[in-house]
Amino acid sequence: MSKLKINGAIVDIPVENDTPLLWVLREQLGLTGSKYGCGIGQCGACMVLIDGEAVPSCMVSVDSLNANDDIVTIEGLSEDGSHPLQQAFVELDTPQCGYCIPGMIMSAAALLSRNPNPDDAVIDAGIPNICRCGTYARVRQGIKRAAQIMQQEKA
Amino acid sequence: MKKERINVSRREFLIHTGLTGTGFALGLSLPPNNKAFAAETSATTPEINAWVVIEPDDTVIIRIARSEMGQGTLTGLAQLVAEELECDWSKVTTQYPTPGQSLARDRVWGAFATGGSRGIRTSHDYVRKGGAVAREMLIQAAAYAWDVSADDCSADNSVITHNPSGRTTTYGKVATAAAKLEPPSDVMLKDPKDWKIAGKPVARLDTVDKVTGKQVYGADLQLPGMLNAAIKACPVFGGTVTSFDSKAISNRPGVRKVVQVGDDAVAVVADTWWRAKTALDALPIEWAEGPNAKLDSAAIDKMLTEGLSSANDVFIGNQAGDAKAALKRAAKTVEATYSYPYQAHACMEPMNATARWTKQRCEVWCPTQNGESALQDTAKAAGLPAEQCEVYKLHLGGGFGRRSIHDYITQAVTIAKQLPDTPVKLLWSREEDIQHDHYHPVTKCRLVGGLDESGNLTGLHARISGHSIFAVRAPGMVQRWDGADMITFQGFVEDDMLGGDHSIGYSFPNLLVEHAMRNPPVPPGAWRAVNAHQNAIYLECFIDELARAAGKDPLEFRQKLMTKHPKNLAVLNAVAEKVGWGKPAPDGVHRGLAVFKSFASYTAACAEVSVDRGKVKIHRIVAATDPGHAVNPQQIEAQVEGSIVYGLSALLYGEITVKNGRVEQGNFDSYPMMLIPEMPKVEVILMPSGGFWGGVGEPTTVIAAPAVLNAIYAATGRRIRTVPLKNSDLKIT
Repeated sequence: MSKLKINGAIVDIPVENDTPLLWVLREQLGLTGSKYGCGIGQCGACMVLIDGEAVPSCMVSVDSLNANDDIVTIEGLSEDGSHPLQQAFVELDTPQCGYCIPGMIMSAAALLSRNPNPDDAVIDAGIPNICRCGTYARVRQGIKRAAQIMQQEKA
Repeated sequence: MKKERINVSRREFLIHTGLTGTGFALGLSLPPNNKAFAAETSATTPEINAWVVIEPDDTVIIRIARSEMGQGTLTGLAQLVAEELECDWSKVTTQYPTPGQSLARDRVWGAFATGGSRGIRTSHDYVRKGGAVAREMLIQAAAYAWDVSADDCSADNSVITHNPSGRTTTYGKVATAAAKLEPPSDVMLKDPKDWKIAGKPVARLDTVDKVTGKQVYGADLQLPGMLNAAIKACPVFGGTVTSFDSKAISNRPGVRKVVQVGDDAVAVVADTWWRAKTALDALPIEWAEGPNAKLDSAAIDKMLTEGLSSANDVFIGNQAGDAKAALKRAAKTVEATYSYPYQAHACMEPMNATARWTKQRCEVWCPTQNGESALQDTAKAAGLPAEQCEVYKLHLGGGFGRRSIHDYITQAVTIAKQLPDTPVKLLWSREEDIQHDHYHPVTKCRLVGGLDESGNLTGLHARISGHSIFAVRAPGMVQRWDGADMITFQGFVEDDMLGGDHSIGYSFPNLLVEHAMRNPPVPPGAWRAVNAHQNAIYLECFIDELARAAGKDPLEFRQKLMTKHPKNLAVLNAVAEKVGWGKPAPDGVHRGLAVFKSFASYTAACAEVSVDRGKVKIHRIVAATDPGHAVNPQQIEAQVEGSIVYGLSALLYGEITVKNGRVEQGNFDSYPMMLIPEMPKVEVILMPSGGFWGGVGEPTTVIAAPAVLNAIYAATGRRIRTVPLKNSDLKIT
């Protein structure tokens, strides 16, 4: 049985070692905010933060992780949906169907932690996620708006 | 556009409590015997009418029959009901009635079908009446309580006022009494110019849970005691299962059962989906590949090419004058053949459904674009009368036409039938989703145009050859059209056909539009904008070709043919003006135009594109739409932006090919999508002219691709007539 640190809590994971983290989150822990979209690390719907880096959780098997790895899912990004990206995406009504949005926000959260004031080129390079509804324009605006909110919150 | 957001924190609170309060939340703690909402709500709060429930605390629950799949219909319909109800918008929450309730109540909510951009445009009338009737009943209840005439009372923002005395009460206080009153037989609807909630850019009602991960989609559903199923259908279209060796995987962890599903698929049922999926991957299955085992894209292309000149199975979609004679007389003729490939929908949420079956009852939880037909499909698969079945809808993780076809529900019920009284969630892998879609049809189109000595268009002959969706999906309609599929002609027909929703915006002196129906054994389906998508490329790129051959400006050439179509002309002129057509573009940037009417809305686009040493960059799309009435302007803008991405993604990358009877693509590595770096700046001109109700989700899907192709011609002098662009020597940046 593996031990993992997820959203700040140490949890026991009673599954086969080669199970992808995504399915541990979804099926063992009920954390269904991380979505299944492709299973091959192409679409980004399952993005989580591992030690601050955005990683497609479908590509990480539990045996490649240890209890020191700090895993954060959309459910753990903020206590009350108040992360600047969540505020900005609500303010702009960014989601359409919304299925890609948790993964999109996790990619953006990692990007903003590296670069608190990203321009278009940085966003282009840092957001590999697919959105079939085509919310890219409002995702871009949302990331920039979140950067503003973060600066206001710091000030 | 500036948005009006009313009291965000209150809204968030209501989204959560409103749903759970009525026992309709489909969260992780769904009770094992989830009842239809009406039974649960009526215990405490009777409905005013089918559309409106008002809780004692003034919470307004508006029932929405159509499905929310991202297009914003849920919010738009709620705005229309709320507008007439005169309720406090900040207290509005929504609820899906169930198809079973609809059946029991003689379809009181009308159609559930959510496709063809019809969500609002075919239900605005009766949902507004629903709101207005409820308002009158609430006012009457207050009037009775005060012993005054209802004529002396008015309602605003959920507050009823007796005007002579100034006495007030709230909807929540009189709702129970109002529910007992007879509804008025006649109500007046507001003039849209007096709208206060509808027509305004209010925030969506379904956003908050989507940014926190709390939104439960079908793929996320957990029921107590639920098992999970992974499925594999014969990869060859029309093939069947010969045998499979369950014993090979029976000892794997968590595996409960291996079942055949229909004649063409096998499913593994396990405690978790991941265990089911990995066991299925290890399961030896023998297939009988059937008659299509050798089918490939080259053979399909040959079939379509034959149709371009054949006299067999040819149907006429539009005819004026004598196009063939005009072409013979023309001083100059121009001829071109375009091709459009199969496309998969690739909804981000793969197909799924959860079913529980007993001998007496079958229940299904699923994302669907049509709750009513989902119920019928459930009943059929369950072998039970529809009255003994129920469907609980969840918000869709994308639809685009795919979730109007319920093969995944049939499969889920078929599996659940083999594990009685056990809820089973079937989730398709992405590969299954791409390889067992109902694809955007493949067509080709040969166009011939004639010009006189002055460069005036004298005639046009368009011959489409290819797949008919309706011949396969709605043969009854094809029968009514004497064997033709008129939907094939979207954008090519006159106002008297297809309800005027897809009429041509040009007046050609001589015109012949034909369809040679050629139906390869690949399942076709409606794909966002359906046939308007390729027809806009055919017509709008060829018009551009004719303008160039005539030595005319593509805008002026179009304008001259559009004088009898003022609304089409207005959207075209709007984009031309905004982009500064005729004035120099930025260095290296070239422009292309497109104008098209579909789903009752008038749309146009101008693309600004550069091509630098073979690298294409789409800088800007200016898009205009006239949908008649605009119910939520900021959501219409979102749909324009998003639909343009859907159209551009297909233009750049979208192509499904067939080899050995099976789809060659399987996931986003082989069926790539447009990503954020390729997203152009989209500027939306929303110009609702009133007086009609046009669609929003689909119409602007079709205008970006021809505008971009025409801009690429302007940049390079090269006509690209076969898409996607990834197959050309142009590189997409």
